[in-house]
Amino acid sequence: MNKTHDNRAWFFVLPVVALVAFNAIIPLMTVVNYSVQETFGDNVFFWAGVTWFEQVLQSQRFHNALGRQLIFTFTILAIEIPLGVAIALAMPRKGPWVPVCLVLMALPLLIPWNVVGAMWNIFALPDIGLLGRSLNALGFNYNFTRQPGDAWFTLILMDVWHWTSLVVLLAYAGLVSIPDAYYQAARIDGASSFAIFRYIQLPKMKRVLTIAVLLRFMDSFMIYTELSVLTGGGPGNATTLLSIDLVKIALGQFDLGPAAAMSLIYFLIILLLSWVFYTLMMRNEQQ
Amino acid sequence: MARIVLDALRHAYGPAPASDGDWALKRLDLEWEDGGAYALLGPSGCGKTTLLSIISGLLRPTEGRVLFDGEDVTALPPDRRHIAQVFQFPVVYDTMTVYDNLAFPLRNRGVAEPEVDARVREIAGMIDLTHMLGRRAAGLTADGKQKISLGRGLVRSDVNAIMFDEPLTVIDPHLKWQLRSKLKELHQRVRTTMIYVTHDQTEALTFADKVVVMNQGEVVQIGTPVELFERPQHTFVGHFIGSPGMNVLPCEIAGGKAVVAGTPVADCPPAAATGSGRLEVGVRPEFVRFAPEGGGEGLPARVVKVSDAGRFSIVEAQAQGHRVKLLVPEGVAIPGESALLRFDPDRTAVYRDGWIVN
Amino acid sequence: MSLELRRVSLRVGAETHIHPTDLVCEPGSFNVLLGTTLAGKTTLMKLMAGLERPTSGEVHFGGRDVTGVSVRNRNVSMVYQQFINYPNMSVYENIASPLKVARLPDDEIKRRVGTFAELLRLTPMLGRRPSELSGGQQQRTAMARALVKDADLVLLDEPLANLDFKLREELRDELPRLFANRDCIVVYATTEPVEALLFGGHTACLFEGRVVQFGPTGEVYRSPLDLTSAQVFSDPPINTAQVTKAGGDFRLADGGSFPVPAGHAGLADGAYTLGVRPHHVSPAPEGAQPVAIEGDVLVTELSGSESIIHFTFHERTWVSQAHGIHPFEVGTRQRLYADMSKALVFDGAGRRIAGQSTT
Repeated sequence: MNKTHDNRAWFFVLPVVALVAFNAIIPLMTVVNYSVQETFGDNVFFWAGVTWFEQVLQSQRFHNALGRQLIFTFTILAIEIPLGVAIALAMPRKGPWVPVCLVLMALPLLIPWNVVGAMWNIFALPDIGLLGRSLNALGFNYNFTRQPGDAWFTLILMDVWHWTSLVVLLAYAGLVSIPDAYYQAARIDGASSFAIFRYIQLPKMKRVLTIAVLLRFMDSFMIYTELSVLTGGGPGNATTLLSIDLVKIALGQFDLGPAAAMSLIYFLIILLLSWVFYTLMMRNEQQ
Repeated sequence: MARIVLDALRHAYGPAPASDGDWALKRLDLEWEDGGAYALLGPSGCGKTTLLSIISGLLRPTEGRVLFDGEDVTALPPDRRHIAQVFQFPVVYDTMTVYDNLAFPLRNRGVAEPEVDARVREIAGMIDLTHMLGRRAAGLTADGKQKISLGRGLVRSDVNAIMFDEPLTVIDPHLKWQLRSKLKELHQRVRTTMIYVTHDQTEALTFADKVVVMNQGEVVQIGTPVELFERPQHTFVGHFIGSPGMNVLPCEIAGGKAVVAGTPVADCPPAAATGSGRLEVGVRPEFVRFAPEGGGEGLPARVVKVSDAGRFSIVEAQAQGHRVKLLVPEGVAIPGESALLRFDPDRTAVYRDGWIVN
Repeated sequence: MSLELRRVSLRVGAETHIHPTDLVCEPGSFNVLLGTTLAGKTTLMKLMAGLERPTSGEVHFGGRDVTGVSVRNRNVSMVYQQFINYPNMSVYENIASPLKVARLPDDEIKRRVGTFAELLRLTPMLGRRPSELSGGQQQRTAMARALVKDADLVLLDEPLANLDFKLREELRDELPRLFANRDCIVVYATTEPVEALLFGGHTACLFEGRVVQFGPTGEVYRSPLDLTSAQVFSDPPINTAQVTKAGGDFRLADGGSFPVPAGHAGLADGAYTLGVRPHHVSPAPEGAQPVAIEGDVLVTELSGSESIIHFTFHERTWVSQAHGIHPFEVGTRQRLYADMSKALVFDGAGRRIAGQSTT
């Protein structure tokens, strides 16, 4: 309702503003700077206008990386969200098994990202990895370091293993907050399990699922560490997603201008898509 | 619609109940006529919610049977008992319209769409929601949502009973009487057996033709509102129903009279003179009067507090260390300090170990 | 110390939450703020406490202007409708917490907690956590915490609203006793007229952010300044009817009429609004001038010892609050009697110009 107004409160916000300025706004401005300048070394810069932006937007390489990125993100969303919800529904809501399940679910989230990459790399190696060897023993010709299809398969499997837990935990939190009365009412109304899911559980999970989709979308769009350790973008450019490509341009070729322009475009794409997602999902809510 | 019989029901939540205190519901036998309006009334923890869950099938009793029209339904799940329930907090399907909410129980049972439409419109008319049928249920106020919950029960033609679990908790106090009125009217129209669970005496007495008063897992009285007020079978009923509750004073029996602190206050049934146990006399504050000045007998008392409640005053008096409350109508004089109290003989009863002596 | 509000108002944006208000609470007084939900009770309390700064006007405490002084620097305590206790502390620690903040010596803390635990019948529960207590005990703990620190101003915001009926009745009985011999100012907000009446003291009727009347409780109840005040201070709501006085008669819109009660003979002819309190309408003739009225029963609410009969009368909803149990069926036509000698008479602007319910 009514809030007490006290302007001194702004004092407490200052340190945060300073921190954000230091680690977000200043680097961002540097990037903006680079994106409109050309340099030939020796710290001498020339105005380049929108040249880099045009170059990036027109380059086939960027289009390919963006395409791969979109395929990757929507594939893992299409797998992780339903799978996460399904697992959350299957988890017990009361009793001694609850903490056990929760800890098991949280485990993948506790592992450092580079370790996840390394783990899966070793796990999937066709000669010594458990997964790689088993698949080959079963008669599949599997080699993720050589064959693009296998690389994609491994990458998606790794991401699903790593991140479905997050969706599970969020969906579970949404599920346990549904009062018993809803289930009782549904039983009395003679609703089937599917109807209970469709009309009670799903609507009540909607808010947390929105958050899950947003988080998974942003994170997967920015995936770097695990991917660079697992495949490094290969074989060839098969799994070179946007972030990998960006690093190749910036640090591999030291094309700071195009890299800066690409970073900004990359940033704007994420911002725009997140906004579209959020608006779409919230519009339903308001009706 | 059905006649509901609870036969030797007992329930304990823990395994292997040993002592009396382990039973959430002590032995219970009840018969509810088809089409009646009943209430289960008692303080929190008295076992009324347990009993409700047993009747609706959400809980299976440790012992005893539940019969609907003579058929044993003890083992049946809620949807096969054809029971509808309105919960304390409104349960509606948020994403559906009011119409779809009302149609939901029928569609789940495979009723043909033309019949669904006819039933939904008929019920919506009864609960005044016709003009809102196209609206999303999530947008309704609390009383609208409770009406939907009720409507989902009424819409089914096969309902044996409708149960209400403190349905007015979330309703604005100023709107409560309107919903009470609606409920009464609906019951008169549809004549379905209705069972209303509450801790609020006004809710229970207003709604029900017969009220079951419970305390500590036990039924203490089943009666009409008039019976509960005029002749409480147990001191708990006297205390719990009526505001302020009944005065209960320790007494002894002498010469066929109940005697409080040396003063005879009421006639006493012969049965009270025999047997053992703690004896008390109970009289409601409405039925205690001051003896006219300078006149006659009465229990000597000292007026210690007068609270003006507008239409009457609540007077608190001390009689030989016992507290007695009186209700004095507006405009009647209240003696200054000492006074004599008289109990209305027809409205005073003697209790042994809490239970009335007839 | 007395609390004084001088032309205090609160606006948030374009909305006026509290209209300019003058109010004086005497030292040691019990003051009730009576009004429906959203009438502004809580906001007025926050202004008194210093939790909210008024848009205009001044708050004086003990003769000192404390308008801008933060609540931390005033000696105020508050009890809310929700039972607010520290969940991870025992009842003892809960009650002791304000004293620990004030750095009182341990034995003094022990003594004071003991006193108030005894007063609020919490002594056996001192070692327990709030979650192990019943609602009534939790709220008593919150009250003990509010009282233990000897505040100059104690604010109680509908503290009994979330309790079961019987517990409410018990605490209503206890509350005035707790404050009987203290010199702090108590302000108690409630939606229920009966609480105001039982506590006595002074009552302020609030309606839409305005104090419509303030005075000794009995006086406000029996001599309301206007119709709004009478409506705020009546539960069930006061019954009203439009009448025209012509000579010795009051005429109703449908043509019915009855003689003007003896006390109102001096009124000029013209249109008036009559206000009849629900307990002056009964199924049997009562009082000095019972006038028969007929209506269709909407519902009869039974409260144990009383019947509250809602019925339609002249296209308005009327209520009778009658002694005893009268289970009239919904929809039946009933004859009831209104004691018009007790009617309040209001003029066209809603001001009471005659009639007073006297004891």
